[in-house]
Amino acid sequence: MKTITKLWILIAILAILTPIGLMVPEYFKAGAAWGEWGSDEIKKLVGYVPKGLERLSDIWAAAIPDYGSSKISYIVSAILGIITIMGLTFLLGRFLGKKE
Amino acid sequence: MHIPDGYLSPQTGGVLYLIMAPLWITASRIVKKTLKARQIPYMAFGASFVFVIMMFNVPIPGGSTGHAVGGTLVAILLGPWAAMIAITIALVVQALLFGDGGITAIGANCFNMAFILPFVGYYIYRFISIGSAKKSFRRAFAAGAGAYLGLNAAALLTGIMFGIQPMLYHTSDGKALYCPYGLNIAVPMMMLEHLLLFGWVEAIITFLVIRYIQKEDPGLLI
Repeated sequence: MKTITKLWILIAILAILTPIGLMVPEYFKAGAAWGEWGSDEIKKLVGYVPKGLERLSDIWAAAIPDYGSSKISYIVSAILGIITIMGLTFLLGRFLGKKE
Repeated sequence: MHIPDGYLSPQTGGVLYLIMAPLWITASRIVKKTLKARQIPYMAFGASFVFVIMMFNVPIPGGSTGHAVGGTLVAILLGPWAAMIAITIALVVQALLFGDGGITAIGANCFNMAFILPFVGYYIYRFISIGSAKKSFRRAFAAGAGAYLGLNAAALLTGIMFGIQPMLYHTSDGKALYCPYGLNIAVPMMMLEHLLLFGWVEAIITFLVIRYIQKEDPGLLI
């Protein structure tokens, strides 16, 4: 088997395992990454929501915010993200790649 | 390490877009000159790997979470400029589709994770592995060390971007407008987490994948 095929199998396995990235932090009662809190959390932390932060935080409505925050939605998001990324990279590669 | 919308002022976000623009153009030019058509699947793999590995949140029990990026690994396989493009693609998809990282902060997040991280990681890898055989342990160690320092360099820059906000942007009564934590908190917090935990995750993943590639197909290593 070619190395690249094996590397794609690795990606497929990782995509199926992504719910681990949700379950393990839940088990250890870990919250958001540092500096990535929502408005409610930041109010708890510093006592107020900074005005500019409040204004900008909803500037973009993502299709699947935070990968959906469920086990199934994590896998779906991983697959959707990988397909999008493969499409974009191959498209870009057609412009950037050199013929041999 | 994905700075969300609202944590940086629009000015800071804008300046980082402006800094990234010539870097993206340079990367495109260099990649156009050097990337061979058969390497494009590896670039797609690199971007996908970075995307999916970042979904594996690693907890600090009772505290926050973080994750590996895999950017040094991609730089070792494709060179740092192609890695910059691959990581940028992953970060743009994360921001637009999943709201992971703000759209006003794409320049900032790309500066940290798609520029600083792979370049620091790659050149440390090159430096430590000077004169080593492709299959040597030293080369895999160099990859791990590069990955550790690359991720920490990116964490430091992220901490600085957060930390300068309350100093530059606040109301007349001293309340922050964007990120409320200054350099004295943001930098130590980002650094402690990444020096003690997330950097090691990045190093171990990079080391193991390079070890595997050394065994399977050492010709892939730059």
